Amino acid sequence: MDAIRTEGLTKKYKDVVAVDSLDLTVSKGELFSLLGVNGAGKTTTIKMLSCLTKPTSGDAFLNGKSICVEPSEVKKIIAVSPQETAVALGLSVRENLELMCGVHGFTKDKQNLKIKELTELLGLETVLAKKAGKLSGGWQRRLSIAMALISEPEILFLDEPTLGLDVLARSDLWDLITSLKGKVTIILTTHYMEEAEALSDRIAIMKDGKLLICATADDIKKTADTDNFEQAFIRIVKGALK
Amino acid sequence: MRLMAFAGRNTKEILRDPLNLAFGLGFPLILILLLSAIQANIPVELFEIQHLTPGITVFGLSFMTLFSATIISKDRGSSLLQRLYTTPLTPTDFILGYTLPIIPISIAQCMVCYAAALILGLEITVNILWSILFIIPVSVLYIALGLLCGSVFNDKQVGGICGALLTNLSAWLSGIWFDLDLVGGAFKKISYALPFVHAVELERSVLIGNFADVFPHIWWVLGYAVILLFLAVILFLRQMKAQ
Repeated sequence: MDAIRTEGLTKKYKDVVAVDSLDLTVSKGELFSLLGVNGAGKTTTIKMLSCLTKPTSGDAFLNGKSICVEPSEVKKIIAVSPQETAVALGLSVRENLELMCGVHGFTKDKQNLKIKELTELLGLETVLAKKAGKLSGGWQRRLSIAMALISEPEILFLDEPTLGLDVLARSDLWDLITSLKGKVTIILTTHYMEEAEALSDRIAIMKDGKLLICATADDIKKTADTDNFEQAFIRIVKGALK
Repeated sequence: MRLMAFAGRNTKEILRDPLNLAFGLGFPLILILLLSAIQANIPVELFEIQHLTPGITVFGLSFMTLFSATIISKDRGSSLLQRLYTTPLTPTDFILGYTLPIIPISIAQCMVCYAAALILGLEITVNILWSILFIIPVSVLYIALGLLCGSVFNDKQVGGICGALLTNLSAWLSGIWFDLDLVGGAFKKISYALPFVHAVELERSVLIGNFADVFPHIWWVLGYAVILLFLAVILFLRQMKAQ
């Protein structure tokens, strides 16, 4: 079974078509990237898939569950790390993780186990007692991802996870995302071409709500007849303008 | 369990802000002390401790409006709410999670005011306990107002509207600081069409044990609380959908 299957997924805001009849499939355990310039429809797609907004038409199935018919079932198997760092700034790192355990209804034992596990996985030991609001951007992103992972999601949405981070923090986060590959199905949106190329199993390029291409980084480069992925992206997106 | 986790987070966020503690607990306390000092020098019936304290306990609740509006508007401004919307938390969990933590804070504020009033000479009677109990529906009214403002305005607007405008309105139109009969006319009519003066008169009646005079004020308070809560829920759900 596919982890995600969209069928004619469409979102319209008045006269603007934000996502236009999107058909794609993502396999279980795959790291799938959505690329596109601003306004391409990446975030709207993620919002629909994570049940934050309803599609105007079409549907999507996450591990077989419809986002239109069974949104509460879908919410049990997904987690989202939004574009901006979504942490409770007045709480400590541990309290933020406890909050997420609580809203997912974990028992005290399971909560302690998950916090220990994620603290080790993301290297949060040294900042566990610190207030989230006092952390650097990189550490806040780590915490944000830990909060997303705590519910043991089958599908994880990472919306521009490295935006605004310095080179080292980004490299650390890449290592973390790479370590998750195969364990969780990951949908990643990013503006960084090298990030998508380095991390993704497959990449979808969107423009004006439409899917232009969906393939591996190598196949995209072949299609665009270039060895440089960024060049390939530009050619494909500009080609769509003609 | 889920609701408690979310409500617990909100309690921590509110209580950890030193400004909240200063305004929520400190300011009403200062007002009682200051006005009692004035009363000691220039006696005014309105500022006698048994008359003043119920008014201050109600006025103090305007800070609860500010607390609830601020936390919601700040959450809306960040991506935290968006993250939480993708969890199994239900709309009811969100509404109750923002409302419930502020009720005990309101009760604590009321208790602190009465503790100060007792030190300043308020007679100890069981009516103080009733007054603290009757503050609960009044606090729901003020919290609902905050929920409503927080669902509509951003955190900067909330500071101005709830922190300045609403605090002043609930002060002037409540009959705490001056007798509304002295102004009379449209001002008095407007005051009595709003819930603030009814909340104060309700608390004053309870404190002196005149429970017959609780009516019709309690109906005004409950009526406004229900309407505001209903509107707040609608507006909160609307913004939830919009996000």
